[in-house]
Formats: sequence, C-alpha cells, structure tokens
Amino acid sequence: MRHGVARFVTGFLALPVALYLFYVVWPFAQAAGYSLTSWGGYSDKQDFVGLDNYIRLFSDELIRKAFWHNVFFLVTVPLFTIALALFLAFLLNVGGREDRAGIRGIFGSGFYKVIFFFPQVLSLVVIAVMWQQIYRSDGQGLVNGLLMKIGLVDADNPIAFTADPEPFLGVPAVLWWLLLIAVWSGAGFYMVLFSAAMQSIPKDIYEAAILDGASRFHTFFRITLPLLRDTISVAWVYLGFIALDMYALVFVMTPSQGGPNHASEIFASVLNFTAFQKGQFGYACAMGVSLAIFTILLAALQLRITRRERIEY
Amino acid sequence: MSTVIHPSGDRTRPERRTPPTPAPDGLLGRSRELGGRFFNGFSHVFLVVWAVMVIYPLLWVVMSAFKDDSEVIRKPLSLIPDKLHWDNFTRAWGEGHLGAFFLNTLLVLVGSVFLTMLLGSMAAYVLSRYEFPGNRLIYYMFLSGLTLPIYLAAVPLFKGVYNTGLAFPLLGPNKHLMLIFVYVAWSLSFTVFFMHSFFRTLPNSIAEAAMVDGASHSRLFFSVMLPMSKPGLISIGIFNVLGQWNQWYLPTLLMQSVAGEPKNQVISQGLIELSVNQGYKSDWSGLFAGVTMAMLPVLIVYIVFQRQVQSGLTAGVGK
Repeated sequence: MRHGVARFVTGFLALPVALYLFYVVWPFAQAAGYSLTSWGGYSDKQDFVGLDNYIRLFSDELIRKAFWHNVFFLVTVPLFTIALALFLAFLLNVGGREDRAGIRGIFGSGFYKVIFFFPQVLSLVVIAVMWQQIYRSDGQGLVNGLLMKIGLVDADNPIAFTADPEPFLGVPAVLWWLLLIAVWSGAGFYMVLFSAAMQSIPKDIYEAAILDGASRFHTFFRITLPLLRDTISVAWVYLGFIALDMYALVFVMTPSQGGPNHASEIFASVLNFTAFQKGQFGYACAMGVSLAIFTILLAALQLRITRRERIEY
Repeated sequence: MSTVIHPSGDRTRPERRTPPTPAPDGLLGRSRELGGRFFNGFSHVFLVVWAVMVIYPLLWVVMSAFKDDSEVIRKPLSLIPDKLHWDNFTRAWGEGHLGAFFLNTLLVLVGSVFLTMLLGSMAAYVLSRYEFPGNRLIYYMFLSGLTLPIYLAAVPLFKGVYNTGLAFPLLGPNKHLMLIFVYVAWSLSFTVFFMHSFFRTLPNSIAEAAMVDGASHSRLFFSVMLPMSKPGLISIGIFNVLGQWNQWYLPTLLMQSVAGEPKNQVISQGLIELSVNQGYKSDWSGLFAGVTMAMLPVLIVYIVFQRQVQSGLTAGVGK
C-alpha cells in the first residue's frame, strides 16, 4: 500500500513540477546567475564581474528615474482605484431611498455592476490600443475632439497626453494620463469585490448603530470601512502588483516605449531596452533581480502593516 | 422615518425586514428624509456618469469600426456611421492577419487551459491531501512564482526556449506547443495555490468511503474528488481563460516570426502590430475593427456568464 501511494504521488506531480521547473524556476535561477556576469546575450563570452552590475544600478540615472516612476504608480494606482471603488460601492449599497424597511441599495445596482466590470474582462492590450485612439493629439481623438468642439481646447494646441513630458505636480504628465487608464480599468472590479464584502456584514450591527442615532455617513465610516479592512488590504497588495506591471500601457502607448525623452520609463521598460536593444543581458538580469527583491520586500512589508486581529462575525 | 440600514444592494439576496418603527414627526425627521432623497439623486447622477465613462469609449470604438477612413477623419466623434462598412472587418481579418491570429489564440488556449486545469489540480490535490517528504518544499516553490516579476525571467526563458528548439523543433520559438507549455507553467502557481485551498475543504469521509469500496488513488481523484470541486474548477477556469487570452508579454517575447516562418502570433500581438503599423499605413477604420473583434467575443461571453465571471474573478482575490 505505501508503495502504491508513493507511485501515485510521483505520477501526479512529475509533469507539473517538471514544466514549472523548466519554464519558471530555471529561468529565474539563471537570471540570478547572469546578473553576476557581463554577458551580452549573443556571444558565449560570460565574464564573472561579481556585484559590479548591482553597484552600477545605483549610479544609473535612467534606473533612478524608472524607480521613482514605479513608486509613483505603486502609491497612486492603489490609492485612487480603491478610493473610487469604495465610493462607488458605497453609493450602490446605501444610495437607495430610505423607507420603512431601512436604507436600501440603489435601484439598478445589478445593472451598474455589470457595466462597471466591463474593463476587467478586456485585455490590457485592447485597453491600451483603445485609449491610444481616445488620447490622440488631434481632433480625431475622442477627448481632444470633444474638447475642441465645445471650445475648451484650441485646435492648434491640443492636449498631448502620452507624448507630454511636462511635469504636473512634479510628475511627468504622461504618467498621470496612464494612471487614469489604470484607475478606469480597475475601479469596477474592486467595486464588485467591496460590494460583496459589504453585503456579508451582518445587519444587526447597522441596526444597533442606527438606534444610537448614526447617519448613513457615520455608519459607513465607523462600521463599514473598518470591517472592510481585510478586503481593502488584500486589494492593496493586488493593485500593487498591477502597478508594478504597467508595462503594457507604456509599451503600446508611449513614444519609443518609455518616452518621450524617458519621461515614462519604468523598471520593466528599462530592463527590456537594456536586454534586447542595448544587448546587455547581464546588467538587465541585475535589474530584474533587484525588482524581484523589491517586490518581495514590499509584499512582506504590506502583510506586516495590515496584519492585526481579525474581527470575526 | 425608518431606523434600519440595509447595506444590501443586491436584489437577489433575501431582504430581511424588521418591523417598522413609528416615524417621529417634526422638522428633524423631514429634513433627514429630504437629505436621503437628495443623496439618492446624487448617487444616481454619479453612477450614471461613471457608467457613461465606461461605455462611451467602448461604443465609440465599435461604431468607428463601421466608418470608412474619410468619415473617421471628417466626423471622428459621431456615434452613428453613414453606412455600415463591413469591409473594415474583412480587411483586418485578412490583410491584418487577425483571422489567423484568432485561430492561433484559440488553438493555444484550448490546449493550455485544459492542461493547466488538469496538471494544476493534480498537483494541488496531491499536495493538499497526501503527506510525504518534500511536500511543503514543492508547495512553496509553486507559491513563490506568485511574487516574482515575469520580466526577470525574460532573458533566460527566451534563451532556454531557443536552445530547446534546436533539439526539439516543436518546442522552439514561434511554435504553438511551446507557447502552450509556457502558459501552463506560468499559470500553475496561482492554479495550485487556489485549488490547494479548495481541496482542503472537501470532506474526508467520502474519500474514505471510496477507498473502502476499493477505488484506487487516481480513480478516487478523477471520479470522486474532481467532480466535487466543480465550483472551484469553474472559478479558476474562468480566471485562466481570461488570463491566458489576455497574455501579451510572453507571446511578444517568444512568438516572433523570423522572415519566411509561418505567422503563429496570437491576437494581442496582432493588435499591437496593427496599432504600430497605423503610424505609416493609417488604416484607422481597420484598427478600430481589429479592436472591436478582439473585444466583443470576451464582452459577450462575460454578459452571458456575468454572475460566474464576477464571482470567479473576485474569488481569486478573496482567497
């Protein structure tokens, strides 16, 4: 019998583990190894250079820029998406009329949920190509066209959107325009998530609060929000990963994939440029390893901050 | 005035009614009711505005796909085309190669989603319900893939695939089978993680009963445990279909066709190509048609199965 179990376990695990080792683990391990060499990618010459690549990272102007752009997305994407999603969920769940049975969810909430979720099922590439047309810098673009029609934008001086490196609040305008797309596509999904979490909060808590004279704003900020804490922190972690992964938008939408004039460079775009255009594979791998360490530290930090006693209900 | 808040907005949930309390008359009650009505109106306005912001761009893309180029330039904003130009779609399908890319994507997805589900649940099942040395190690190895950025592996992965192709041509760059295996490998982390927690919730008694009846381990899995995990399989299945349909980085890295090779690219690559090419060919209507073709099938499937898709995708985050 023991023998049978061993054979069964091995048989079931062999293929998945083999595939995973070959296509995922092995490349990661190799990347860590290459990051210590000056490998160019096309020759067989792989000189061991120790930590030189990592030291070089710290004096690389482009990397520093990309790093701060990543941090910008890391803060703003979760912040704005969660704020908007919470607000929408709040309106859906307590925006209804107040009658003898209590404050209801808003009329047509199921319909709104279906619509708001649309962007979630579209691929990032579809979204990027679509917004490229919306953001066109002439009358053919949706936004510029509309604004020109009502006279808010001069036809000779349209909004440049993703080709605009001018800083706004200290951050290149192009990044703000990309942020808008990320929030647009993510808000609906997290609204559905928060909405479901809100509905699992037992009603008696609200009844008690109302008896004490709380308004719907009070109940939202004093009861709903604190009880949603777990869901919000999970959403924050996921949105953090998405924020590190804005590469599809940068790749499709910005001039020379990180431009104009490097105003929208992020880690991933610099990494790909270094590896495949400049042919510095070793150095690119060092960037990748740093990004991985950064990601893991961030996830660990996030889990530490948000960990606290759960409220069971 | 009432005294109970129902946070439930979902009309399908059973409403729990509490006996109404008599409303106090007077200024306070009326002003509160007025505030409620105002807030209700405000909610509707805001929700409608956001709904328009979501739908309007989508509608604009679909409608522009039916205009011809001169109309796209002359009347870019109109939502009603003068005439329905279906030829945009045939052009994008044929000359833009989207038709071929569509078939490639389907071909790859059929294989990769099936294999992901099969191999993922097999691994998750063994890891969750059998004790053996190395169990934890393998589980954490799968888990670690969730945090590592794919870009880090790009260079060695490309090289590994290239080298494999020298020995086994079917597993080289620009081959469907290779892409299927790569998709499966990269989807295993989340699939194993998700199904692992799902198999843990299944009751032991049924498994024991089946064993007493003389079922083998693999028969127990395929005829008893797998059918019992249908809800979990549906969730992770939707997740994988959407995730792999939307892949763009792995194909861009691994599915470049060198001159003379067959075009095996997937739909995301076709779109990127169309959008890059428009810089010098300026086939706007063809581009809109391409985006529409990539967008509509997923949207229609979503509208039909919206309840499953919503719960499937949110369950993925909730775990």
